[in-house]
Parts: sequence; structure tokens; C-alpha cells
Amino acid sequence: MTTETLCGDFYTHCFQAEQDKEHEGRLIINMGPQHPSTHGVLRVIVEMEGEYISRAEPVIGYLHRMHEKMGEIKTYHQYMPNMGRVDYLHALAWNWAYIGAVEKLCQIEVPRRAEFIRVITCEMNRICSHLVWWGAYLLDLGAFTPIMYSFDDREQAVDLLQMITGSRLTYCYYRFGGVRTDINDAFIAGTRDFCKLMKSRLPMYKDLVTDNYILRKRCEEIGVLPLEMARRYGATGPVLRGSGQKYDVRRAEPYSVYPELDFEIPAFPEGDAMARYRVRVAEMEQSVRIIEQSLNMLPQGDFMAPKSPKRIKPPKGDVYFAVEGARGKIGVYIISDGSSTPYRLKLRSPSYSNLSLFAELAKGTLLADAVSILGSLDLVIPEIDR
Amino acid sequence: MNLLGEIREAIKGFYSLAVGMGVTGKYFFRPEVTVHYPRKTVDNVSTYSGHVELQPGKKNPDGADCIVCGTCVRNCPSGCLTLEVLELMEENPDLEKKPKKIKKLKALIYDYSYCSLCGQCIENCPVTALGFSQHVYWAEFDRKAIKMDLVARLKDQLNAKKEAM
Ligand code: SF4
Ligand code: SF4
Repeated sequence: MTTETLCGDFYTHCFQAEQDKEHEGRLIINMGPQHPSTHGVLRVIVEMEGEYISRAEPVIGYLHRMHEKMGEIKTYHQYMPNMGRVDYLHALAWNWAYIGAVEKLCQIEVPRRAEFIRVITCEMNRICSHLVWWGAYLLDLGAFTPIMYSFDDREQAVDLLQMITGSRLTYCYYRFGGVRTDINDAFIAGTRDFCKLMKSRLPMYKDLVTDNYILRKRCEEIGVLPLEMARRYGATGPVLRGSGQKYDVRRAEPYSVYPELDFEIPAFPEGDAMARYRVRVAEMEQSVRIIEQSLNMLPQGDFMAPKSPKRIKPPKGDVYFAVEGARGKIGVYIISDGSSTPYRLKLRSPSYSNLSLFAELAKGTLLADAVSILGSLDLVIPEIDR
Repeated sequence: MNLLGEIREAIKGFYSLAVGMGVTGKYFFRPEVTVHYPRKTVDNVSTYSGHVELQPGKKNPDGADCIVCGTCVRNCPSGCLTLEVLELMEENPDLEKKPKKIKKLKALIYDYSYCSLCGQCIENCPVTALGFSQHVYWAEFDRKAIKMDLVARLKDQLNAKKEAM
């Protein structure tokens, strides 16, 4: 390899090199890495032909923090805070994926009460995540008011989570064999109130936004994702369900107490941005249902397994554990060589797969629609880069 | 699209606009949900976990219970704790016996800028000498300013408490 090929970035290699006759007169724009509509440091190089996109390439890596490599040098306990930082919006799902993998590897029993606490907090966090997405997506589309309402509601949930976890965003709450602190009566009462509040707010959201004619024009039949293509890219979560596939890890590979709970998996077959929007709004409703059921079923008992180990030294072997995050399937794969640090730790992040289909989806659309498509994928950039 | 279709579309658009304005109008007259910081602050700071601090000891009310075991330092994922130990020879009137070494906590340097507030140090401390503070509103211009000695901080706190009494 000569030095010439080593110089330059993605643009120099893939776009500048192609400035021949065919591509003459095409405009190249950088969306990001500091563009407000990319929700983080994502850079999309867009080649425009008039108002239409002829090519859109996401460039990632601006936020790479070596989470996987860090896993190899930190002990199992020390790696826990990393999980809150991979996806800051649904931190508890990542917490759970990692803790669950280690528990599976070491065969640590989790008390039933802890399982329910995990379900309640994880679903709460899912609602928070969807609320942020809801507000931010509409902000992308030019509606400012909704984010104020969604943050108002999210505030209630975050206050409740703060009450038991001590943090507001980057939670580090689950522990091997349970959770860090037990939930108290104030939390239970507050959560019941929050469920009631959400039930009254969701119809308001529908009036304000979902039925809004202008919004529907920006979402309906925009970025139609056929199921076959979603499968090809390994899309999961609301993106896949927006294409009509009822795939949810909570049902497909049941974990914890989810099999005992009664909830539906919303799926819409249209495959456009509106379908993905509807899936997320419907999911909030289902999460409220799950929380209410779990509160009713919450047993007494330990919140932490009495024999939870202080030092983790798992047997040799490997393990894969997946949970359903707000953006899709979150998987953690650990290979253990029997020492106190993992030999290899692989994180499967849903946003990464969901982003990869953007290049194909955005081809031939208007630039303004590409913003809508990017928003409807609900990307969290730290999760893509890890 | 014909004229009729355009008119229908405009009416639909106006209708959904009116519904939306109705919602915002209703919320316009609701009480404020935000708090004007710094004139007012939120009231649930007590549940928030701020930075790590040494707790006033149960056995040792003038300082911390810390037994200088170093568990917190070893367990911290970010390496933000450093122990400074004072080694003393035990004063022993019995000259026959060899004087025993005792370790005393001189300083516990804590770099808040690295801390991920995970709580590993707190959970693993054998004498629960550490805890989360409720010191939330804290901003500095310099990163070095948030590196502190927890022992000195505890002393200041205890002194302030004494003066207040
Ligand atoms: S809370 Fe975590 S990161 Fe902070 S000092 Fe304690 S162990 Fe270290
Ligand atoms: S773990 Fe507790 S007792 Fe041990 S050195 Fe740290 S603060 Fe002191």
C-alpha cells in the first residue's frame, strides 16, 4: 500500500476518486458530524443530483471508545459502568444484556423479585427512550412543541428511576444476581401514577401529532423498507416491526419473567417512516401494560441473590445473551478463558445494523426525506461506534 | 390533482392544525412544570447519587471508619481513587514486645473527573466508610479543581457541623 492510499478519509477514497464525467456537476454535502439532525456525531456524505440523493454513505467512528477492548482488560465487575454508556437512552437494556450473559455463564440464580424489578425499570427506561426519540424525531421534521411535552413526561419517569438507581441517564443498576437497591413504596406509588399519566398522555400525543396532516405527509410512504431488505441487513426492533415482522426478543428468545406477562408485539406492514413511528408509540402503550402487570405480580423476597459472588471467575466457555432494547436486539457474547477478565467480549448493537440499511434506503429520495428516514431509524451513535 | 382535492386537503390540514392548537392552548394555561435554576432548585436532589465521599464514622466520629484496606482502590474501574497511608509505630509501653505497625488514613485522593459513579467502591468497602454525596450542583472551570482529598473534605464538613451547633 502506498502512502497515497493511506492518506485522506472516506470522502477522498470513495467520492473524490469518482469525480469523472458521470458524476460531474453533482453536489456533495456533509451531513454531520456535527449536524443537529444526526443526533450525535454521525457523518453522512450525500451526493446530490438536484434535490435528489444519488448516493448517501454514513461514515462512522467519530465516537469510538473501545468498549469491547476495555472488556478484555477489566474484571467482570469493573466492566459494568461501561454498559450504561454504550446506549445512553436505553442504558438498562445494555446493563441487562451484560449482566444476563455473565449470569448465564456462571449460572447465578436471580431472585424472582429482582426479575420483576428489572422488568419494571427496563420498561420504564424503554418509555424514556421512546419519548426522547419521539420528541427528537419531530424536532427533525420541524415541530418544536412535541419535545417539550415528551420531556415533561420523561422527567417523571427519570425522577422515579433516579429514586432507586441514583442516576438519571447512565444507569449502572443491575448487579450479578439481582439489582443494587430494592424498590420502595414511594417508587411503586409513583410508578402507578406515571402509568396513569402515560395513559392520559398517549391520546393527547395522537391528537397533537399522529393525526396531524402535515406530519403524515412527511412520514407516510417515505423510506419504504421492504421486509426482505430489513432481513438482509439484520434490522431488528421497531425498524423490523415497522416492516411487518413480529419479531421481539422478549417473545422469540424469552428471558426473565417476560413469558408470564401479557403484552402484544405491535407490528405494521407498511414499512414506511410512519409505520416505524406507530410501532414505537404502540410500544410505549405495551410497556405501560407490562409495568402495571409487574407491579401487581411483584413478589416479596430478596432483591439480590444471597450467594451472589463478590469476585467473578467464570468457567471456561462462551455465552451469548440477547435482550430487546428500544432499538432492537442487544446481544452480548463473552468468551471466558477462566480468568477474572473475559478473553473476548463482543457487543451486538441494533443501531449498527439499522444504520447500514440507510445507504440503500436513502437512494433516490429528497434530502428532506432522508432526514426523516434517518430520524425514523432511531439511531444512537455511541451504540454504533461502541 | 384537481381543485376539489386541493381544497379538501387544505381543509384537512387546517382541521389537524386546529386540533393541535387546541391541545397546546389547553396546556398553555396549565401551571409551569419547569424550575428556574438557580433561583429555585428541584426538590428531589436527596435521591441523587453525587460524587463519592467518606462518611462520618460510627466508631470514629471525628473522622472516617476507613481501615485502609485498599479494596475501593482495587475495585474502581476508572482508577480514580488513591490512598495515602500514614504508617505509625504503635506506642507500646511494654518494651519486650516488638512494636506493631499501624496504618492510618492520611488522604484519600479522589478524581471526580474520572469517576463513573458506579458504586463499586461503596459496595465493596468492608466497613461502609464510603457513600454517595448529595453535592450535585458543582461546576468548575478547571478539571484539576474537582480532584480532591476526601479526608480533608470530611474534616471540613465535620468542622462546619460543629460550628453550626
Ligand atoms: S463510584 Fe466507581 S468509578 Fe467512582 S470512585 Fe467508586 S468505584 Fe471508582
Ligand atoms: S474500601 Fe473502605 S475501608 Fe478499605 S480503603 Fe477503601 S474506604 Fe477504606
